[in-house]
Amino acid sequence: MTTETGIGASVRRKEDKRFIIGKGRYLDDITKPGQTYGYFVRSPHAHAKINNFDATEALNAPGVVAVLTGPDLEADGIGPIICGWGITSKDGTPHKAPAHPALAIGHVRYVGHQVALVVGETLQEAKNAAELVEIDYEELPHVVEVGDALAEGAPQIHADVPGNLSFDWELGDKAAAEQAISNAHHVTRMDLRNNRVIPNAMEPRAALSEYDMGTDEITLYTTSQNPHVHRLVLSAFNGVAPEHKLRVIAPDVGGGFGSKIFIYSEETVCAWATKKLNRPIKWTAERSEAFLSDAHGRDHETHAEMAFDSYGKILGLKVSTKANVGCYLSTFASAVPTYLYGTLLNGQYTMPAIYVEVQAGFTNTAPVDAYRGAGRPEATYVVERMIEIGAREMGIDPGEIRKRNFIAPDAYPYETPVIMTYDSGNYALAMDKAQEAIEYQGFEARKAESAQRGKLRGIGYSSFIEACGIAPSAAVGSLGAGVGLWESAQVRFNPTGSVTVFTGSHSHGQGHETTFAQIISDQLGVPIDQVEISHGDTGKVPFGMGTYGSRSLAVGGSAIVKAVDKIVEKSKKIAAHTLEASVEDIEHAHGVFSVAGTDKKMTMAEIAFSAYVPHNYPADVEPGMDETAFYDPLNFTFPAGTHIAEVEIDPETGTTEILDWVAVDDFGNVINPMIVEGQVHGGLAQGIGQALLENCVYDKESGQLLTGSYMDYCMPRADDLPTFRVQTINTPCTTNPLGVKGCGEAGAIAAPAALMNAITNALGKEIDMPATPEKVWRAAQDL
Amino acid sequence: MQMEGQQLIPAPQEKVWEALNDPEILRQSIPGCETVEKSSDTEFRASLTAKFGPVKAKFKGHVTLSDLDPPNGYTLTGEGKGGAAGFGKGEAKVSLEEQAGQTLLTYSVNAKVGGKLAQIGSRLVDSAAKKMAADFFKAFSENVAPSDQNTSSEETLSDTNAPASTNLNATTTPQKSPKNRLLYIGGAFALVLLAVYILN
Repeated sequence: MTTETGIGASVRRKEDKRFIIGKGRYLDDITKPGQTYGYFVRSPHAHAKINNFDATEALNAPGVVAVLTGPDLEADGIGPIICGWGITSKDGTPHKAPAHPALAIGHVRYVGHQVALVVGETLQEAKNAAELVEIDYEELPHVVEVGDALAEGAPQIHADVPGNLSFDWELGDKAAAEQAISNAHHVTRMDLRNNRVIPNAMEPRAALSEYDMGTDEITLYTTSQNPHVHRLVLSAFNGVAPEHKLRVIAPDVGGGFGSKIFIYSEETVCAWATKKLNRPIKWTAERSEAFLSDAHGRDHETHAEMAFDSYGKILGLKVSTKANVGCYLSTFASAVPTYLYGTLLNGQYTMPAIYVEVQAGFTNTAPVDAYRGAGRPEATYVVERMIEIGAREMGIDPGEIRKRNFIAPDAYPYETPVIMTYDSGNYALAMDKAQEAIEYQGFEARKAESAQRGKLRGIGYSSFIEACGIAPSAAVGSLGAGVGLWESAQVRFNPTGSVTVFTGSHSHGQGHETTFAQIISDQLGVPIDQVEISHGDTGKVPFGMGTYGSRSLAVGGSAIVKAVDKIVEKSKKIAAHTLEASVEDIEHAHGVFSVAGTDKKMTMAEIAFSAYVPHNYPADVEPGMDETAFYDPLNFTFPAGTHIAEVEIDPETGTTEILDWVAVDDFGNVINPMIVEGQVHGGLAQGIGQALLENCVYDKESGQLLTGSYMDYCMPRADDLPTFRVQTINTPCTTNPLGVKGCGEAGAIAAPAALMNAITNALGKEIDMPATPEKVWRAAQDL
Repeated sequence: MQMEGQQLIPAPQEKVWEALNDPEILRQSIPGCETVEKSSDTEFRASLTAKFGPVKAKFKGHVTLSDLDPPNGYTLTGEGKGGAAGFGKGEAKVSLEEQAGQTLLTYSVNAKVGGKLAQIGSRLVDSAAKKMAADFFKAFSENVAPSDQNTSSEETLSDTNAPASTNLNATTTPQKSPKNRLLYIGGAFALVLLAVYILN
């Protein structure tokens, strides 16, 4: 049953009122009595030895409370920043993760590296004092590109990491893939560059820490996608405070895209320093600091070989990737170019043999970690560029070659050669609908019309797949994860019938307060305005693993369903007692509990009231209506779909206009179509941004970040984007109770390949991302 | 980063030379210059405040002279630290040449910048560098060869700089030996060139 506020309804977002009227409460909106301000002194050098650090003058400056350094942290026993996922190299050795003190000790290894925290009574005083910190740097040779870092004779970034190699990992069957390539009718070989991007969440990272001497408790407000993970790591590994004496609150957070998963130096230092100084400390990143020190995304250099038979069937794929991980391994940096990448190289196709090897190299750049899609856009880019180029080389229609290779709709569960088992899908259906929507048959006529006007028209496909709903704890544990990836939910009825749901998922723009409320409204018949979704506070929410990897609904939503199941089970007992029937005879639908075959019934609100005012109540049932559930998924989910982009290039200016974009995505069941469409739009904007405009550049000669502001780092704007035409198909996920697959990353995963396929189709030659006007113009002019 | 330039100064080389020996003229001519301080026979320290678009900082410069060839030229090696704004450092070759009663100053600079200057300032540096160099040469030319029409600007200059010049006299001891004269010249030019670099 679809109601106006139930599952399947495009309910307007409950949270938007406070955002629109300016009552959102982001981190910098919070102020504590006696608050001080932190300002980080950062390295201006890509690689240098710190010969001397002198804060004498800074400490004498007006309003300065303290200047804190790496040695101070070390003296207080604060542990280094950790990487939470262990990767094993081909030779069986564990990945190399050099010690990463939260403030530099002895060396700085990238421009923006945190060297000291200056704490002042005002921000200006802290900044002025930071100017007076005298640091004697001795510059060392640096390297910023991963290919250079892994080459013979490269500058050594860490004494304990020979050759700057963190790990050399492999997956799949090398012999089988090479056999397939050597026996193939045709082999497509390509070097592909997945450009480095900077996340650019609208709200920059921030932290506000406060120590209560009476309770010995530290409260850390921070821009986190996973406050419980922050608390766990800061307690267990950094030793900032025992877990029960540390409360982490992530209030309204203005976007994350992965960059706010990680436990960074800044919040670690603030959480430690507040107790040391017994003063609240607030640090809010300036936009410049965000460019320098947020974990960046992507940055792969890949060589790929795809083998085909004469009919265009894929026989094998061999991929060799060098992944830039920056100067230290960030929280999930090791998982992104391995288990979130290599495992998706099967795409939507039957591929008998796949082999992937990934070398992760340290460079004198900011750490690189998960960014919207995290590994899966990189995998999709490889697979979808390779099959498209293969089709061109063999003279097969790019839609047709995909159809010849799609896994059949009746082949599920389908086990790939790279350890994933797809539960469900219908790839040909998505392709058919996308081709129909974009009127693929008419493309040649449209191309001819463009040519008459001197324009180059192109069309490009991306039939992507992703692994979402991250993730079954046992599976990720066996692959090296240091945590479980379940989720928790607590559903609490108040005596008056309203509901508060505490979820371990965290919304930083996704609309959980609406989508999750729809689940409660649908399943328990509670009016949606009577449902409050509470998230982001370890002092309120039982536990949680947070929001990333399109997991909130598939895992967090499923946990809510499990808690609802417990509510229903208990309610049936109360209803049976009150209605003088047996529990087996109580039927439940949308919050109405009735005795089968009669008109006797109780509503959920009546039962909840009875649970808190248990005057007439079953003896063996506890009072109260408050249930908690933990849910560990059985499998990843596998959203998939086909996107088709149509572009027109002006060869005289090199500008690319995206004329049309059709997205047909299979997200399984959909709770709120409007929110899903919004998520697809946002993902597409980021994927198109990467393919067309965005590019993080470090100067090879100086190691400086050249794209450190919006003057040089080009973000997509509304007029860069077409009106997206988004559809969904819905083959329910078979492994979670809602049948949902997740939609948050799909656009960013699908878009780069579709757009680059369209642009290179128009140009008739290959270029790398981003397809800037200059690059396109040079290609169009044969320069 | 590389930059080369020439400036014709409307004064005979001897007069330019004299002016270049006057630290007060140099200090007045360098945009934003606050102090000049000799730390050894071949080393200078100086400070200036500069604003490049969104980056404003007080730079502390450290300049070393080499390849001294009075009065024809020398090489400056310098480094300027701007605190949180970053740093600039580089090398400049400077030469003077008499040309029809005027003096041609030629410079070529090789420099690099880091930190916020590289991060944010890079887009603005070309125009800012041109403006700063132009400001220096305009002020310097006026100070070397003041025209009668320019009295008002001259007054402004001396008014603005009167207190600072007291400081300068307090912190520096003008030397008359040719080597030390050149040090002043070098220090002042290095500051300008560093600033120009930083902007570039």
